[in-house]
Amino acid sequence: MEYFVIIISAIFVSNIVLSQFLGICPFLGVSNKVSTAAGMSAAVVFVIALATIVTWVVYVYVLVPFHIEFLQTISFILVIAFLVQMVEIILKKISPPLYQALGIYLPLITTNCAVLGVALLVHTKSYNLLQSVVFGTSIAVGFGFAIILFSGIREHSELMGIPKGMKGVPMALITAGILSLAFMGFSGLVK
Amino acid sequence: MNQWKNFTKGFVRENPILVLVLGTCPTLAVTTSSINGIGMGLATTFVLAGSNAVVSLVKSTIPDKVRIPAFVVIIASFVTIVQLLMQAYTPSLYDALGIFIPLIVVNCIVLGRAEAYASKQGVFSSLIDGLGMGLGFTMALFILGAFREAVGNASFMGHKFADGDGILVFILSPGAFIALGYFIALMNRIKKTS
Repeated sequence: MEYFVIIISAIFVSNIVLSQFLGICPFLGVSNKVSTAAGMSAAVVFVIALATIVTWVVYVYVLVPFHIEFLQTISFILVIAFLVQMVEIILKKISPPLYQALGIYLPLITTNCAVLGVALLVHTKSYNLLQSVVFGTSIAVGFGFAIILFSGIREHSELMGIPKGMKGVPMALITAGILSLAFMGFSGLVK
Repeated sequence: MNQWKNFTKGFVRENPILVLVLGTCPTLAVTTSSINGIGMGLATTFVLAGSNAVVSLVKSTIPDKVRIPAFVVIIASFVTIVQLLMQAYTPSLYDALGIFIPLIVVNCIVLGRAEAYASKQGVFSSLIDGLGMGLGFTMALFILGAFREAVGNASFMGHKFADGDGILVFILSPGAFIALGYFIALMNRIKKTS
């Protein structure tokens, strides 16, 4: 039950993109086509799940025992950058088709604030390891859900007659605003 | 004159938010009021100017292959400094901005300027560039914050100027997206006519 609440609230109620404002750059950047959006979200799910585990272990077993919690920002970003690089190298070796599908998105993920954001949020909520992984994965699924929905809308709105100054980013932001308004309907679902 | 131009380019011509559309996450998240906007903007300005200057100082000693991780470490150090300073001197602002202070590390503007400008230019120009870009960022955050606060809460800098609640949706998340969308559209229009 407790995990169910974490999953629902991470995907719908406080959706990472539409109500927490993390990961807006990839959300706007790679949402022109549904297929690229799906590729990006698969890569994000993969990296967030891994990064959450590794940063949780680093925080609890390295930073806390040595009382250097203030170094969490530096250590987390290094761990994430290192992890992304490792995943890229390993995928290239053991699964070329998966690398073909996710490869171009991986370097972009280091600067995706959702990854660092989740790693930090986990400690403000003081989750244990299993809760953290469930939380991280559902946040990433929420990201994928939002970006795929959004890219579907954008594919259609490309064909519409929009005033010149509104084309591109402004229209995308306003679309995101309306989508976010729709997601507000989920608030109150959990507590 | 040249340095002056270098300083002012961040305000309008290359405004990080309204023209380059970088660093949107903190922009949308913290502009619920003008004070939060200024606080976030100044924190980012400090990181930007500091990291630009240091990156420019050490640019010739860093091997090309590891430059991005090296830049990230420099930026993260400045972010940690800001984080500790804000926690000590402005605790209420620190709480209001929450995880968006550590997230300055992954703000695209900071790494973008280090990579595109500071790794090629001298220390002084890089410092000026960082200051200008940071203050341009602050200005955009302030305008957006003031607008959302005025429409959503009928107040300015925390002071109520009218009775009632205003249009609540502008304080909530959808309002952030919609307001920023219209501001960028307006900026596109201004750039075209000038």
